[in-house]
Amino acid sequence: MMAKINLQINGKKQTVDVDPNTPMLWVLRDHLNLVGTKYGCGIAQCGACTIHLGDVAVRSCQLPVSAVGDQAITTIEGLSVNGDHPVQQAWLEHDVAQCGYCQAGQIMNASALLKRTANPDDKEIESAMNGNICRCATYMRIKAAIKSAAQS
Amino acid sequence: MTQVKRTINRRAFLKVSALASGGMMLSFSWLAGCKPSTEETSRLPKEWFELSSYVKIGDNGVVTLMSPNPEFGQNVKTSLPMMLAEELDIDWKDVIVEQADFFPERFERQFTGGSLAMQMAWKPLRTAGATVRHMLIGAAAQAWQVPASEITTKSGVLYHKASGKEAGYGAMASQAAGLPVPEEVPLKKVSDFKIIGNSKKNVEGLNIVTGKPLFTLDYKREGMQIAMVAHPPAFGLKVKSVEDSAAKAMPGIKDVFIIKTLADDYERNGFDTTTFTEMVVVVGNTTWEVLNAKKALKVAWEKIADTTVVIAGRGGKQSVTIPAGLESTETHQTAMAEMAKKPGKVLRQDGDPKGAFKKAAKVIERTYSAPFLAHNAMEPVNCFAHVTAENAEIVGPIQAPEFIMQALSARLGMPREKIQIKLTRMGGGFGQRAYGHHLVEAATISQKLNAPVKLVYTREDDMTYGIYRPTYTATYKAALDDQNNLIAYQVKAGGIPESPLGFAQNRFPAGAVDNYLAEEWELNSNITIGAFRAPRSNFLGGAEQSFLDEVAELAGKDPIAFRLELLDRAKTKPVGEQNDYDPERYAGVLKLVRDKSNWEKGNSGAHRGVSAYFCHNTYVAEVVDLSMRENKPIVEKVFAAVDCGVVVNPDAATNMGEGGIIDGIGNALYGEMTFRGGVPQKKNFDTYRMIRHSEAPKAIEIHFVKSEADPTGLGEPLFPPIFGALANALYKATGKREYTQPFLQGNQPLV
Ligand code: FES
Ligand code: FES
Repeated sequence: MMAKINLQINGKKQTVDVDPNTPMLWVLRDHLNLVGTKYGCGIAQCGACTIHLGDVAVRSCQLPVSAVGDQAITTIEGLSVNGDHPVQQAWLEHDVAQCGYCQAGQIMNASALLKRTANPDDKEIESAMNGNICRCATYMRIKAAIKSAAQS
Repeated sequence: MTQVKRTINRRAFLKVSALASGGMMLSFSWLAGCKPSTEETSRLPKEWFELSSYVKIGDNGVVTLMSPNPEFGQNVKTSLPMMLAEELDIDWKDVIVEQADFFPERFERQFTGGSLAMQMAWKPLRTAGATVRHMLIGAAAQAWQVPASEITTKSGVLYHKASGKEAGYGAMASQAAGLPVPEEVPLKKVSDFKIIGNSKKNVEGLNIVTGKPLFTLDYKREGMQIAMVAHPPAFGLKVKSVEDSAAKAMPGIKDVFIIKTLADDYERNGFDTTTFTEMVVVVGNTTWEVLNAKKALKVAWEKIADTTVVIAGRGGKQSVTIPAGLESTETHQTAMAEMAKKPGKVLRQDGDPKGAFKKAAKVIERTYSAPFLAHNAMEPVNCFAHVTAENAEIVGPIQAPEFIMQALSARLGMPREKIQIKLTRMGGGFGQRAYGHHLVEAATISQKLNAPVKLVYTREDDMTYGIYRPTYTATYKAALDDQNNLIAYQVKAGGIPESPLGFAQNRFPAGAVDNYLAEEWELNSNITIGAFRAPRSNFLGGAEQSFLDEVAELAGKDPIAFRLELLDRAKTKPVGEQNDYDPERYAGVLKLVRDKSNWEKGNSGAHRGVSAYFCHNTYVAEVVDLSMRENKPIVEKVFAAVDCGVVVNPDAATNMGEGGIIDGIGNALYGEMTFRGGVPQKKNFDTYRMIRHSEAPKAIEIHFVKSEADPTGLGEPLFPPIFGALANALYKATGKREYTQPFLQGNQPLV
């Protein structure tokens, strides 16, 4: 049932001994103590669990640890050393957060968007971000922050 | 000033010393894996001096301010300390903010709800800051042998001009801590404020964007078990038995058992709302293992009988029946329609409504309804508890810690002094987290296991647990004379299981109409309800403001001019004495939104709707500009005018306002929980439609009325009127009035 799986997370090699079906979300949270990645729905509907697999934003609640292979994983904790990634900085500048619970997922999704589209327009931002629910509804500021980050 | 004068009792003292080893001093140290950065560490003083429950000053002049209220995104952790810092006269950069534990002997009103934090803290927190400043002045006066009246302060430094002496607060803190607490201190004038009124960034900003463990769900403790519950799948069911052998045999699983949280004869308080007092619990090592074992449970459920519980709520002690039955939305609607036809309980009557309707030139009657709503805070219900024979430690997302102490104490068989609740940042609350059933559940499980445990609800457990916003309906009727003056107005409203009207019968347009009648009714249910952002107003605001729009149209009047006319009447010749609003401030926000939105010129490109509402002590008027694309409404812009007195932290206030507006648009268009055979028909975000990025307005402008009045809250007041402004704009766009929420029913989820 259990298997030793090697992972490359935030630039560090990690080995976990888990059921290979375990979603990355719970491997990160329960086994690696990387709790910045959040649980919101568990069914790919809210985006709170967004991480990067390579350069691509994925829902970690839907990603079995066995499917990761040798692709590098980045979580909110590894996006930058001191919170100085342009997207994080833009989030601070616009003081985006209310409760803050969804924001790691929003930031991970936004930073992946900017990697593939350096200067997204409103439509592109909306369609890329539509899978990330913010229950506090900080959508105005998220959009403004993404635009600022694109400028920097 | 009471909080600084109060002598700290022995229990308080013990708690302080117990915590002084670290927890109390450094908020960032107690959550697992959250170590202070070197920058943070380098700022820390060698020694702290506590000058009040709210203020500690380090020997190096760094100041720790305690934020007493639970934080769930309304930004009190920044704006309450701003009040302390203002009167203390320190630089904001020298401040460290710490979340206070629940500690009623040291802090007042540790409650989040009712948009009351700013209002209730305004005098006490400023007084606490000013008191400490005066103690520091007293210490300097002693040290320098000069009169206290000659000492001034600026940015954390004490000055004596004549002698040229100066000292930082840190240098005087030790001496000041030993001085008597002054009985009375003057407070600054609004015009002298330096911190209040100047936007300060969220003190947790960096921790949030770097994914630090701030929430209960992130909490860890050595030896901690994970617990999940299986609660009945329907209202009206309870646990009969459980077949757990398969689950127990699964990897990582420690135990499966049934808990009972509240005894049948336990006398509940108003916040002890508990949908299911019995649940099946699965305990194991990791979330994934427990989640899987939970799926392997075979639970037999049985129907409940009519059950009576005693609740000592706002209206005194009452016996309340929880009726048996498996309810459905269809039967709710039929029953509500029938109740709406019968006379209700009269809450207020002015003049002779009956007579006025008889002689009216025009009469209009409309009925509005809205469904149950689930809160859906992004952080699902969860709680950490460690209960031993000696004491109980609870870390949990809770808006009203004070009100769950009774249930915890009764269930654990422990006096309150032995129960400690630590307040974490909540991943949203919206009223749901005022009810602490999850604290009692976690504590019950931990006590049984004799181990630290974290209870975790799945999204489905959370969404189907209840404590919903009730379903409501209201019928409004208005009469116009042949001059198109409003001569009579009546409202009859009810809901399951509560009426929305109980507190609102004295609101506008009561006081502006000679003949007025407000009636209510309610129907019992076993579906539990609770506060939901702007309770009751969240329905009434939209319904009443849609109706007034239609009345204005019937009268051939501009909707803003029509309201202003009524408000003028309420000001110059008010009807009745109980009217609970200030017509001038009400009119003020309408005029401000009229001017800012350029209402009179109109916006040719957009369909516009307006509304105004007063609740939770704040006045709000809103204009919505809509366009239609492929038959779908696009909210182009929202203008809001707000009168909440002094705006303590303007940018954060704007953020809160934007949130309320977008949340309102989302719930008006999509929000809905339905039932069949007692089963909630939506369990997760694939079917429960939440507003998303692409549906948010393209722009929002929030304008605050300049005011020196004491501040009032913002978490709720911008939410109710948006339902009305949106409905009125939709009418302009489609020619169809909206009477039933959600306005866009049956739309498929986006992703
Ligand atoms: S938790 Fe993965 S998308 Fe919601
Ligand atoms: S900030 Fe609360 S859910 Fe987004």
